[in-house]
Amino acid sequence: MPDSLTKFIFGRLTWESLPLHEPIVVATFVAVALGGIALLGAITYFKLWGYLWREWFTSVDHKKIGIMYMVLGLIMLLRGFSDAIMMRLQQAIAFNGSEGYLNSHHYDQIFTAHGVIMIFFVAMPFVTGLMNFVVPLQIGARDVSFPFLNNFSFWMTVGGAILVMASLFVGEFARTGWLAYPPLSGIGYSPDVGVDYYIWALQVAGVGTTLSGINLICTIIKMRAPGMTMMRMPVFTWTSLCTNVLIVASFPVLTAVLAMLSLDRYVGTNFFTNDFGGNPMMYVNLIWIWGHPEVYILILPLFGVFSEVTSTFSGKRLFGYTSMVYATVVITILSYLVWLHHFFTMGSGASVNSFFGITTMIISIPTGAKIFNWLFTMYRGRIRFELPMMWTVAFMLTFVVGGMTGVLLAVPPADFVLHNSLFLIAHFHNVIIGGVLFGLFAGIAYWWPKAFGFKLDPFWGKVSFWCWVVGFWFAFMPLYILGLMGVTRRMRVFDDPSLQIWFVIAAFGAVLIAFGIGAFLIQIFVSVRRRAELVDVTGDPWGGRTLEWSTSSPPPAYNFAFTPVIRDNDAWWDMKKAGYRRPLSGFRPIHMPDNTGTGIILAAFSVALGFGMIWYIWWLAALSFVCLIATAIGHTFNYHRDFHIPAAEVTQTEEARTTLLAARV
Amino acid sequence: MLSRTITADTEPVFHLEEEHAHAEGSSTMLGFWLYLMSDCLIFAMLFAAYGVLGGNYAAGPAPKDLFDLDLVAVNTAMLLFSSITYGFAMLTMDKGRVAATQAWLAVTGLFGLAFLSIELYEFAHMIHEGATPQRSAFLSSFFTLVGTHGLHVTFGTVWLVTLMVQVARFGLIEANRRRLMCLSMFWHFLDVVWIGVFTFVYLMGMLR
Repeated sequence: MPDSLTKFIFGRLTWESLPLHEPIVVATFVAVALGGIALLGAITYFKLWGYLWREWFTSVDHKKIGIMYMVLGLIMLLRGFSDAIMMRLQQAIAFNGSEGYLNSHHYDQIFTAHGVIMIFFVAMPFVTGLMNFVVPLQIGARDVSFPFLNNFSFWMTVGGAILVMASLFVGEFARTGWLAYPPLSGIGYSPDVGVDYYIWALQVAGVGTTLSGINLICTIIKMRAPGMTMMRMPVFTWTSLCTNVLIVASFPVLTAVLAMLSLDRYVGTNFFTNDFGGNPMMYVNLIWIWGHPEVYILILPLFGVFSEVTSTFSGKRLFGYTSMVYATVVITILSYLVWLHHFFTMGSGASVNSFFGITTMIISIPTGAKIFNWLFTMYRGRIRFELPMMWTVAFMLTFVVGGMTGVLLAVPPADFVLHNSLFLIAHFHNVIIGGVLFGLFAGIAYWWPKAFGFKLDPFWGKVSFWCWVVGFWFAFMPLYILGLMGVTRRMRVFDDPSLQIWFVIAAFGAVLIAFGIGAFLIQIFVSVRRRAELVDVTGDPWGGRTLEWSTSSPPPAYNFAFTPVIRDNDAWWDMKKAGYRRPLSGFRPIHMPDNTGTGIILAAFSVALGFGMIWYIWWLAALSFVCLIATAIGHTFNYHRDFHIPAAEVTQTEEARTTLLAARV
Repeated sequence: MLSRTITADTEPVFHLEEEHAHAEGSSTMLGFWLYLMSDCLIFAMLFAAYGVLGGNYAAGPAPKDLFDLDLVAVNTAMLLFSSITYGFAMLTMDKGRVAATQAWLAVTGLFGLAFLSIELYEFAHMIHEGATPQRSAFLSSFFTLVGTHGLHVTFGTVWLVTLMVQVARFGLIEANRRRLMCLSMFWHFLDVVWIGVFTFVYLMGMLR
């Protein structure tokens, strides 16, 4: 084949693009390929493709989409954690002239991929999944405002994840750090495909995130059951609302700044270049205008989880509901006024740095108010230390430390010393693991019985809990110490042998966390096996207070046979106290959205578009773009996107539940 | 609305007897507004980039050397007229007159195409003179800001044609009216953005 034709068909994709010279990657690829073939084979063998396609992939049911988001987050957690433990191992052994076992080319990709994956493809899907599953149930709705868009958003997130995963085996990932600062990420210093993978993965996933943000805002504003005023919404719904406002008001910034970086790389414009008037610091400013709200996007929903868990397991109404809501809103607003604290060392001068230092410190006030609200909720409560409550207490103890080191970093003179040091790494892992991850585990343990109708096995949950919590402290306290000694982040080898012991302790902590993840997977496996013993037919296993506990577990497709009427903050608690009885007759047909495969098809074209752009396969990019537009337009010609669940079917479902409840007593 | 489960007034109401249907598309306007605001933020970033980089000519051409205000004025008129004609389309839609609505939509589309043609002519002219997007940070941010707006108008035009086909096939049904409302907001939004571009990029550029 003539060279030009090969180039036309494959762009810059060649055999050399496959990292066959990296034995670690090859071994990973073999493992993933074998696992993948086994999985696909099993699905085919058990004839599950039709079931998966009909019941899950094309589903517009917010509960199923929420669960799929959680599965995506869990899979990507395994990948992101593999990166983490590889780094820990490398840093623990690369002393006394040893180069460790990772070359710099590979190591730099690993720390970049770790950050990108953990934020965009672990934390974000987990948080979005939780909101997707819980919010409509908490507000007494049947689904979200735009069910098709919800499905589409999910698949776009998957599309981004696929591109990141593809970079492991075809080509390489960025070697720039998780925010890809130029000029390093410019075409001059990163001419290969790594940064392009980064850009297109985030752009594809970003579309999904923005749309799902819009969707959930509309859902919360428009779909609440009658009687649920804004100040009667559960706190988790409030924090979700604020998070989605943050998503819609910050992800377009990321889209725009990545688009400008792409133009610099593809067209040769001069936004962030060193010459022709470009300004790399503008990139740093713009990306942190997205980046800082992003960390609150991650943590706010978990503040909601902790609020629900604390009040449920203390058997009390949440202390200071109003102040909790206002604290959340204040954090939402303040999160836009602090971005510059990520680069005090830029040299904007004392006045600018002081302003951003002070706004940063102010954020600790509403956050502190929340901590006190949770403590006062527990005070004189009848506390049950079930798994979700354990995670909540661990969160409070851990997160407060992370918050305080954050206030330390907010002092500009201190930041000049600590900037880019391991102290910073310890700080943000302290709040992300201690806040976001602990919250996710609390939320998963709390809502699992709602999603599947049986509780999670408490023993393996506790094993996982202790491994995670102890492992976290072992893994990150040494980094605080190293950071104070001046060790910077992203180092591959070290000269000073006295530092090694701290890295060994940190690696030990990472191994404990690995056990924690393992125990979590075992917990799920064991719980599924023991589901008959762990079953909950009541739909309200914890003595819940909010509406999601008023329906069956798992909830029927329509969530609520009748739309509930809300009279109080803790709607379900109020209903139980007022002598609520399940309606047994008079069911009506229920109007529901129809499934569609358009979302997954559009996402597939988006992945192809991204792949074509990454590898300069222009025909593929153009073709997929045209297909993308054509499919989207074609979809708008389908006017029949809904159906009615007949009253007979509703009656049947509800009667089955009546029988189940009666059998229990 | 609220019908009581049990007739006794003292008994609390726990749920609605009748199906509490959220009218189809009841969230669409809010959702579209939110989308527009997110899009607005993208433009805000591009304006910010232009604000930072707009004076970095890198010894290349400056706005005064490049902009032809008369041409831009004509272009602005095209877009503003298209907004007016879209308004007429919406008025006729309210009266349920299909043919008139289609005619006004067609006129709007033609104005949109005229706007795009003039913009492309302007771009081609600048590039021909060596003022390419690669020449300086000023030109990078100029082409990106104005070009993104133009891209939006292009998509708006494609959408307009799609809706005209749908109105022709299915008439002014509720779903189509809602879609025309969304496109209307989109179209006027682009008008507002253009006024920003005209003021900050062209007019103030000439004063530099």
